[in-house]
Amino acid sequence: MTLNRRDFIKAAGATVAFGSLYGCAGGTKGSGNVVVIGGGYGGATVAKYLRMWSDGGINVTLVDPTPNFVSCPISNLVLAGEKTMADITTSYDGLRKHGVTVVIDSAKAVDPAKRTVTLAKGGTLSYDRLVVSPGIDFMWDSVPGLTEAVSESKILHAWKAGPQTVALRKQLEDMKDGGVYALCIPKGPYRCPPGPYERASMIANYFKAKKPKSKVLILDANADVVSKGPLFKKAWTDLYSGMLEYRGNHSITKLDAASQTVEFEFGDKVKADVLNIVPAQKAGMIATAAGLSNVGGRWCGVDWKTLESTAHKNIHVLGDSTAATAGMPKSGHMTTQHAKVAAAAIVNLMSGQPAPDPMVIANTCYSFVSAKEVIHVAHPYVFNGKEFAVPKGAGGVSPSRNELEAKYALAWAKNIWADALL
Amino acid sequence: MKYRKIALAVSLLGFASAAFADNHTISRNMASACASCHGTNGHSVGGMDPLAGMPKDEMIRKVKDFRSGAKPATVMQQLSKGYTDQQIEMIANYYAAQK
Ligand SMILES: Cc1cc2nc3c(=O)[nH]c(=O)nc-3n(C[C@H](O)[C@H](O)[C@H](O)COP(=O)(O)OP(=O)(O)OC[C@H]3O[C@@H](n4cnc5c(N)ncnc54)[C@H](O)[C@@H]3O)c2cc1C
Repeated sequence: MTLNRRDFIKAAGATVAFGSLYGCAGGTKGSGNVVVIGGGYGGATVAKYLRMWSDGGINVTLVDPTPNFVSCPISNLVLAGEKTMADITTSYDGLRKHGVTVVIDSAKAVDPAKRTVTLAKGGTLSYDRLVVSPGIDFMWDSVPGLTEAVSESKILHAWKAGPQTVALRKQLEDMKDGGVYALCIPKGPYRCPPGPYERASMIANYFKAKKPKSKVLILDANADVVSKGPLFKKAWTDLYSGMLEYRGNHSITKLDAASQTVEFEFGDKVKADVLNIVPAQKAGMIATAAGLSNVGGRWCGVDWKTLESTAHKNIHVLGDSTAATAGMPKSGHMTTQHAKVAAAAIVNLMSGQPAPDPMVIANTCYSFVSAKEVIHVAHPYVFNGKEFAVPKGAGGVSPSRNELEAKYALAWAKNIWADALL
Repeated sequence: MKYRKIALAVSLLGFASAAFADNHTISRNMASACASCHGTNGHSVGGMDPLAGMPKDEMIRKVKDFRSGAKPATVMQQLSKGYTDQQIEMIANYYAAQK
């Protein structure tokens, strides 16, 4: 067989096509417009990595109504008076240096057919691909008697860091010594499984030092402590005996906001001086408005290879809003890993290449049980062609609470903030 | 005939660079998971071991020792069990090349 000139051109053409399909010498760059809704753990990380991995080829516009990033991780230490709001706040200037256009506004509507995002203050943004990482919103009707207005003014959640963190800290400072702080935990899945138990521990730590006659009461809708149970319980017995009480199977049936009293399924009633109700949660409102909450009307289904929505093409959903598989917690750490899987997929897709198989991802959640001691839970997750699962024998928790991991917990925060935002 | 040789050469070149770009991208993606704790491209901002520029053999030895339990750790014994030898090597290659 001899090739004529035309065959050569065809063969060479095929090679060129193959080359661009799989990234010739210079590798993958990508081009086009990505809009990111939400500048929290997921949105910030995906924005930065898209700019970095596309060598500035992809235009990224990030939309968030808050002018700075405020972290939920470490916010329990702010409540306990161990850290300040400044410690958990990071500017978006680092993202701007990566060439991300930051728009301080909130997304009001998404049109998946026209590929546009409408902003609250007016104006629309066009996208080739959209990333939605709006965190969680609350199911107000999960607590009869609770409304958004009550939750914003009196019976706080402080489950989104910001003004609520400052307000709850103030309530705790204003409480008389000898008062009761009650924390009501919703049934899972909720954002940050160990988060409520860390909060209770840290507030007990504060009372022990500053208001020793006061009490922490945990009223959990779950049957038992959801995460790191034995480690939390040991810390409570060893450090806060007589000060902290845990009650499982406590689903709220009624709240009387005026008297700060909650009633439970089995008839008991609790009146608290500071009542902190964390309501049940669902995907961030904008995800639902965009038609992305297709799992139980509550969470967003995604293709785990790309984090692309199973409801709408060209839209990727990250973080707490996703309908994660069992064992994949709604955590900041996990969310940043979602962001990297998505960034890798989007850069490839926007340069005409297939999405790569996702890398192994990991989660580590540190919880403070006192100002000095920490416990962790950590797992790797491997993509099995359909979803992420923990390999047998991998992952685990701290053998016991310790001071070394308190140093790591703070270093973790600094490094994850820098990786997302600087 | 001449054309055919050229076409073959061009296409081999294409395959070689495609394989290179692909491997680099896979290693980069794999390594990025570590960056949440160890800093972007291994440039820790403090309190965690920097991975950027760590010699390849040193990293492979350390991670395998975490995985076998030979080297004590807090989280790394638990996380390293998610990785194969080949994946550890890819990550080590990537970080050794970071300045
Ligand atoms: C008390 C507490 C402690 C925690 N501790 C830890 C911890 O130690 N480790 C850990 O890994 N995780 C922890 N978490 C969990 C972690 O905070 C979340 O899992 C993480 O924030 C999820 O990231 P996200 O991007 O999905 O959402 P978020 O980080 O909440 O970001 C969502 C962003 O979207 C923005 N947004 C919402 N709607 C719109 C809209 N319509 N338009 C534009 N922007 C919008 C919001 O303003 C927000 O900035 C903790 C959580 C809490 C509450």
